[in-house]
Amino acid sequence: MSEIALQWKGVTLAFGEAAPVLQAANLRVAAHEFLCIVGPTGCGKSTLLNLAAGLLAPSAGLIEVFGKPLAGINRRAGYLFQGDALLPWRNARENVAAGLIFHGRPRAIARAEADEWLGRVGLSAAAERYPHQLSGGMKKRVALAQMLALKPEILLMDEPFSALDVQTRSLMENELLALWSAKRRAVVFITHDLEEAIALGDRVVVMSAGPASRPVGEFVIDLPRPRDVAEIRMTPAFVDLHREIWQLLKGEVQKAYAAGVEART
Amino acid sequence: MKLFIARAGLLLALLALWYGLTEHGLLPPFFFGRPQLVGEVLVRWIGSGMIFRHLGVTLLETTLAFVIGIALGVSSGLWLGLSPRVAALLDPFIKACNAMPRVVLAPIFATWFGLGIASKVALGITLVFFVVFFNVYQGVKDVNPLLVANARMLGATPRALVRHVYWPSAMSWVFSSLHTAVGMAFVGAVVGEYLGSAQGVGYLILQAEGSFDINAVFAGIVILTVCALALDAMVTLAEQRFLKWRPGSAGANT
Ligand SMILES: Nc1ncnc2c1ncn2[C@@H]1O[C@H](COP(=O)(O)OP(=O)(O)OP(=O)(O)O)[C@@H](O)[C@H]1O
Ligand SMILES: [Mg+2]
Repeated sequence: MSEIALQWKGVTLAFGEAAPVLQAANLRVAAHEFLCIVGPTGCGKSTLLNLAAGLLAPSAGLIEVFGKPLAGINRRAGYLFQGDALLPWRNARENVAAGLIFHGRPRAIARAEADEWLGRVGLSAAAERYPHQLSGGMKKRVALAQMLALKPEILLMDEPFSALDVQTRSLMENELLALWSAKRRAVVFITHDLEEAIALGDRVVVMSAGPASRPVGEFVIDLPRPRDVAEIRMTPAFVDLHREIWQLLKGEVQKAYAAGVEART
Repeated sequence: MKLFIARAGLLLALLALWYGLTEHGLLPPFFFGRPQLVGEVLVRWIGSGMIFRHLGVTLLETTLAFVIGIALGVSSGLWLGLSPRVAALLDPFIKACNAMPRVVLAPIFATWFGLGIASKVALGITLVFFVVFFNVYQGVKDVNPLLVANARMLGATPRALVRHVYWPSAMSWVFSSLHTAVGMAFVGAVVGEYLGSAQGVGYLILQAEGSFDINAVFAGIVILTVCALALDAMVTLAEQRFLKWRPGSAGANT
């Protein structure tokens, strides 16, 4: 196995006095690996990424980035948030340029680089538009360009495509795979869609139902690359993997659902 | 355009009603004035140029109160918004200052700063400050935490966060408070003049009241209203210029 980019070591996280969201979670991502995480809603997937980003500190345990314990913001990671995090008062170009400017690039150069990245995600024509003038899919692409422009070694992506329609979604999945294959970096990709996870990932990790969630299953996806996300779903190998992982995931989803129903009654 | 004509028509109708009621003795002109006489006063004031000196003073007081009040309000709002501990300490004092009817400070300011411009500006500042302060404070506290998290991930230093996230976020609140603030600055100036001064539109009104010249009082009110509308329009212009990123703003259609 190649170098470990990111590792959660016995990580426990509780918000205040509540039952811990994550309990003794162990997980590692290799430097060139595309890792997908699936799990029932509310189990703590976003929390897992916030910990890796350094936005949250673990209550117990440790996050390691390329072998060094993480304290504060993870400077080697880029984060594509689940929610909309573009600055509403900056147009698409300036949003992408923002990170470059924070890193000390002169404005003119940052803008030129931003335009390049907008081109790469197919948004050259929308550079002057403000976030409220962009569709949900366009906003996600701007956010993607914003993250990629800084060339982070670790990409944290939280359900980036879940708000998109099916066509745009498989387009963007293919785009992401193309960008990633050109320069392989560690990716942690969260999704609630198991098919998406299998189509994209080198490995799929299943989280248990919360509270006290942790990874409970790990599946190596040995489907050949390059992949076309739409076509690969038809292959028998894909269907087998899907059946196998779904066995486990279904149980967790049902547990989470039952807990939810119980809590409501 | 249709709307404009309808509005002009409504204004004329109201003037005509006023004219009719006072002309036929249904309302005593001594208390209600007469529109044509109010017009005459306005023509006299503007014709002789006398009004401009007074208006100039009032607008100068308004502008100074507005600008200084905003500067103080924005800086304290940012500071307290970003330092929760100081905010917790000062909270009851701020609430008390805000709850106090600040217009009663006018006589105190008159004894401190004299009857000139300074006491009016001081009164205007106390009125403007709190409006802007509370909006900025709220604006900073209500910044979307996701925006902050994203900016931090993109490498923003604490200073860059203030400049690129907190500040612009607070600005949209500042602008929504400016309409109120400009009115407050104006109120401060006029009330200050009214309570004791030797020049300004508030002084003119006070003089007119002293000699029971109700028409001149109305003329003063007309002047004040027109100015307040003009100031408000200027704020709207600035808003369109600076908040063009906002959904539904006029400048947004590129
Ligand atoms: N700031 C917070 N304070 C208290 N509880 C929180 C906070 N953030 C998240 N939680 C709780 O932690 C749990 C996990 O949240 P998280 O957002 O990580 O779930 P998720 O797996 O990403 O869900 P989804 O699939 O819906 O995005 C939830 O029960 C949530 O209520
Ligand atoms: Mg989530």
